[in-house]
Amino acid sequence: MTNLIDLTLSDLVKKIKSKEISSKEITSVYIERSNKSKKLNTYVEQTFDEAIKNSEKFDNNPNFNKKLSGIPLAVKDLFCTKNVKTTAGSKILENFVPTYEATVTQNLWNEGAILLGKLNCDEFAMGSSNETSYFGNVISPIDDNLVPGGSSGGSASALAAKLTPATIGTDTGGSIRQPASFTGTVGLKPTYGSCSRYGIVAFASSLDQAGPMTRDVKDCALMLEVISSFDPKDSTSINFKRPNYFSDLNKNIKGKKIGIPKEYRVDGMPTEIENLWEKGKTYLKDCGAEIIDISLPHTNYALPAYYIVAPAEASSNLARYDGVKYGFRADGENLIDMYEKTRSLGFGDEVKRRIMIGTYVLSSGYYDAYYLKAQKVRKLIKNDFDKVFNKVDAILTPSTPSSAFKIGDKTNDPVSMYLNDIFTVPVNLAGLPGISIPAGLDKNNYPLGLQIIGKPFDEQVILDIAFSMEEKINFKLKTNDWWIK
Amino acid sequence: MPLINYHMSIDLKTVKHISKLSRISIDDQKAKKLEKDLNAIFKWIEQLNQLNTDKVEPLTSIAETTLRFRKDQIESKNIREDILKNSPKDNKDYFVVPKVVE
Repeated sequence: MTNLIDLTLSDLVKKIKSKEISSKEITSVYIERSNKSKKLNTYVEQTFDEAIKNSEKFDNNPNFNKKLSGIPLAVKDLFCTKNVKTTAGSKILENFVPTYEATVTQNLWNEGAILLGKLNCDEFAMGSSNETSYFGNVISPIDDNLVPGGSSGGSASALAAKLTPATIGTDTGGSIRQPASFTGTVGLKPTYGSCSRYGIVAFASSLDQAGPMTRDVKDCALMLEVISSFDPKDSTSINFKRPNYFSDLNKNIKGKKIGIPKEYRVDGMPTEIENLWEKGKTYLKDCGAEIIDISLPHTNYALPAYYIVAPAEASSNLARYDGVKYGFRADGENLIDMYEKTRSLGFGDEVKRRIMIGTYVLSSGYYDAYYLKAQKVRKLIKNDFDKVFNKVDAILTPSTPSSAFKIGDKTNDPVSMYLNDIFTVPVNLAGLPGISIPAGLDKNNYPLGLQIIGKPFDEQVILDIAFSMEEKINFKLKTNDWWIK
Repeated sequence: MPLINYHMSIDLKTVKHISKLSRISIDDQKAKKLEKDLNAIFKWIEQLNQLNTDKVEPLTSIAETTLRFRKDQIESKNIREDILKNSPKDNKDYFVVPKVVE
């Protein structure tokens, strides 16, 4: 029999439903392994005792009609969890205990899942390497001193190290897909409006989306099916008929037209990534899909536009951290002094930098030159996608311009760090769904991912394409558990 | 010389002004570091000026739907305790802040 820890989420659900294993059994296995894996620094908060109690509760009165019956899950610490500390990786929320639950996590518990704990992330999800967290760097199980990517770095690391059978993250500019790519896992950012933003610590509200991070495409479809729902509590939640992503998942992509955007062939991209992309095309052709060369002419402008829009929204969203109603407070001589000291001591450098960029681009006299300009460029980027989606069903690109890098390699150069998200950011700006799947290894044996971008609400299409490619790619993640020894 | 559409740089005075607007106090050393970082970032951002966007409508929201109406009724009742629970200074009735009115 395979090790319990090696079972995918969907297999685990089957085994629990067929009573081959109990919820407590599998919960204990994950807790034991998580306890041995502290070196990776994935957890910010562990709720192991509560998880055991909940698994016993499940086993005593099991409901096997749920989609995640008795499954233990750890989630990114950006989701508000009722009565469980939620920090967003920041000192300013170090002791924040929400009195309410995020809709997407509630959806998980409603389907029978059990919370294992909260996973480390870049502070307020601002980062591409999990190096901005107040709670320290997360180590990738792929190699010592290697970043897991970010901002959902703790989620990616915990998933790849098998400390949770699956997880959810959030993606504002690539924060699910980039770490998934760096750790050889699957990550999907849904269409803007598919998954509720209620109860997610806000970063950039017009871009933020929650999404699944899993070991394979099947699990990804299952998790998406659970978390995607219409929510009146989120004013941008969209009420559409959600397919049964999991049961509808199939490998028939015959006749699908897949676009290859020439602008994604960037200078300095390693030949390994180029080769993987070529291989991806071959696999798709083998599956009966048609490859079409396309152009997304404004691709290069996506990142600079993003670095106006996202910080602008962040500076506004983070104005709420003033030391008054919740979170950290520093003492001050008067109210203004209290605000300024609280925010100075409570936020880390990258968050401060982005608040200041945002404040500047929104300030009087600069609004038109920066913010309005960026919104116009955002329109051009969306128009690019709208146009090509008249000709193709989906787009295939690399997920990232390089594989994972070492801790400290990019921390002194913000722009080079930002360039990591060059292939993922346009998808957020246009509100589209995108999935990253592991596609191979580079010369250091570090994973590389391919991204499939779909039309709005076409999650099923990109999942089906990913499902077909996954079989051909046949990627096996090997980590040899070096951090446990 | 290549044409750089770099219409202004951010000086130390501007950095301090932005920090004031952001309600984040910074010391001189941090301000100097930020001056360097922000200039590098904005220099990179300025490539947007290569694009003519005169006739482009700004994209304000990706969900181009009109906001839904809902009944104007209270959904959350009796949550005073919940609201005050995470208050940084103890008080069961109010949020406590430094004295504002002299």
